[in-house]
Amino acid sequence: MMSAAALVDIRHISKSYRRGNQIIPVLEDLSLTIAETEFLALMGPSGSGKSTLLNLIAGLDRADAGTITVGGVEISALSEVDLAAWRAAHVGFIFQFYNLIPVLTAFENVELPLVLTDLSRRQRREHVRTALRLVNLEDRMDHTPRQLSGGQQQRVAIARALVSDPTLLVADEPTGDLDRASAEDVLVLMEQLSRELGKTVIMVTHDPRAARRASVIKHLDKGVLANDVEAAVP
Amino acid sequence: MMWKLLFRNAFRHTLRALLTVFGVAVAVLAFGLLRTVVDAWYAGVSAAAANRLVIRNAISLTFFLPIAYMEKVRAVDGVAAISHMTWFGGIYVDRKNFFANFAVEGSPFFDLYPEFILPEDQRDAFGRDRKGCVVGRALARRFGWKLGDSISLEGTIFRGDWPMVVRGIYSGRDRNVDENQLFFHWNYLNERLRAAGQRRANHVGIFIIEIADPLSAAAVAGSIDAAFRNSLAETLTETERAFQMGFVSMSEAILMAIRLVSFLIIGIIMAVAANTMIMSVRERMHEFAVLKTLGFGAVRLGGLILGESAVICAAGGALGIVGTFPALRILAQYVSNVFPVLDITTTTLVYDALAAAAVALVAAAFPIRRVVTVPIVEALGRAG
Repeated sequence: MMSAAALVDIRHISKSYRRGNQIIPVLEDLSLTIAETEFLALMGPSGSGKSTLLNLIAGLDRADAGTITVGGVEISALSEVDLAAWRAAHVGFIFQFYNLIPVLTAFENVELPLVLTDLSRRQRREHVRTALRLVNLEDRMDHTPRQLSGGQQQRVAIARALVSDPTLLVADEPTGDLDRASAEDVLVLMEQLSRELGKTVIMVTHDPRAARRASVIKHLDKGVLANDVEAAVP
Repeated sequence: MMWKLLFRNAFRHTLRALLTVFGVAVAVLAFGLLRTVVDAWYAGVSAAAANRLVIRNAISLTFFLPIAYMEKVRAVDGVAAISHMTWFGGIYVDRKNFFANFAVEGSPFFDLYPEFILPEDQRDAFGRDRKGCVVGRALARRFGWKLGDSISLEGTIFRGDWPMVVRGIYSGRDRNVDENQLFFHWNYLNERLRAAGQRRANHVGIFIIEIADPLSAAAVAGSIDAAFRNSLAETLTETERAFQMGFVSMSEAILMAIRLVSFLIIGIIMAVAANTMIMSVRERMHEFAVLKTLGFGAVRLGGLILGESAVICAAGGALGIVGTFPALRILAQYVSNVFPVLDITTTTLVYDALAAAAVALVAAAFPIRRVVTVPIVEALGRAG
């Protein structure tokens, strides 16, 4: 059974991909629990299955076997439509390459997830301003992604991930495309989100310095979890 | 918000979007023009009156009917009025000046055609002058004719020069009335034919009758044809509409080809627009995957793509429809002698709009299917 403090409960999941006639196993009988407000760093070499695991937890992909329960909802049993609605309500995404919509301003990019809610236009605007203030980009809200630096774009992406107040934040190499100073800003921000706003953050990273910001570090190798490592939280 | 995204995406690649808009506009314009030409072919049919019947020689239109039939037809039950007309085929100065010209019974002919509006004094003047003629307003404008002008037609079927005086200028009651015709006295024609001892003297091309009850058309036609069965010139009586359709059906193959070409044009632009949309969506597949990640479902994503396609096709369709009017005016200058009525109909405008909508739908269908069915992970390119 899931413990009271566990937000994510993964049981015996397996996942493989088909490449031509070949079936390539990525995750094998993997079980994992992630506690509420935990800042988990998933590390491992390329092809170890960490992004696949992130995709499965975030409801972007489906496991071949096993169950994934997030906040009491068994997402592996949801239909595509229900899964999309669940993602919209419960998951915030931060990508390596920001993935902002280039024709929209920073404000409009952050507003995107709120289009799917019942909020009024005025409420949406308030939420967006709050999120942009949180990432310290209120003065750049009318800029398009092209007019922002990489670090600023990633902060807009974080604001977009936060704006609908999701339970879970998933980040795939969020600092992978940033210089050292910008990466540090982003990591500090993510740490604050976990500590001060109580968000559960799952971050895939290659960078040990980034991983050190997490409260828990887990290593994946060939689709299998290695022993847990408690991060040296400063 | 979604509207902003839709419009900005639609014109993200300005040149490509404008070229597609232009392509749709040209296709809709061509579609509208071709349909209008086809409609023009049917102008005579649509202008036909339900209460008029045409009696012609049962063998062919090139065979005439004796004028003596007139009184016998008048006596048939259900016939309210009768007149006649004969295709003259005269040329004014040059063959390229073609227009329809007929020898008619004079003033009574116009009683049968209330759609030809001829002022009373001009009608009287025409009735009094054996060499008088009545011309349509468009024809008079074309050659600069005024009342009292002397003109001459060169006969092709009935040889010789045929001098006449313009005594009347009629205008059409409705827009679909042909104002490019000339009518003169059959008596004038017949006198010369008789003087020359020609076989066609005392003969007419067709009789036109007005019937009291349009519903009795079949019965009246049957009675007339029965009256002349086994005579030297058997008759074929039909409604004016059927008579006009007979002309149109002669060129049915050409009309079919024109219709086919008009649909081919729409088909081609469908393929071009679909290709543009497919390219545009493929370039942005990553963005659609991000939207799917954020929770955007099939309806919203489909709406976005269909909306983009609709914006481009609506702009092109509107441009094409608006452009059809000046294009028709230009075309009319060159083909008014062949197509005297060249007006775009409401039905054609509706078809234009439907064609643009069909292009938008077809163009959006393939990319929508792709975006909706592609797995997010595949579109994001992040597996492993």
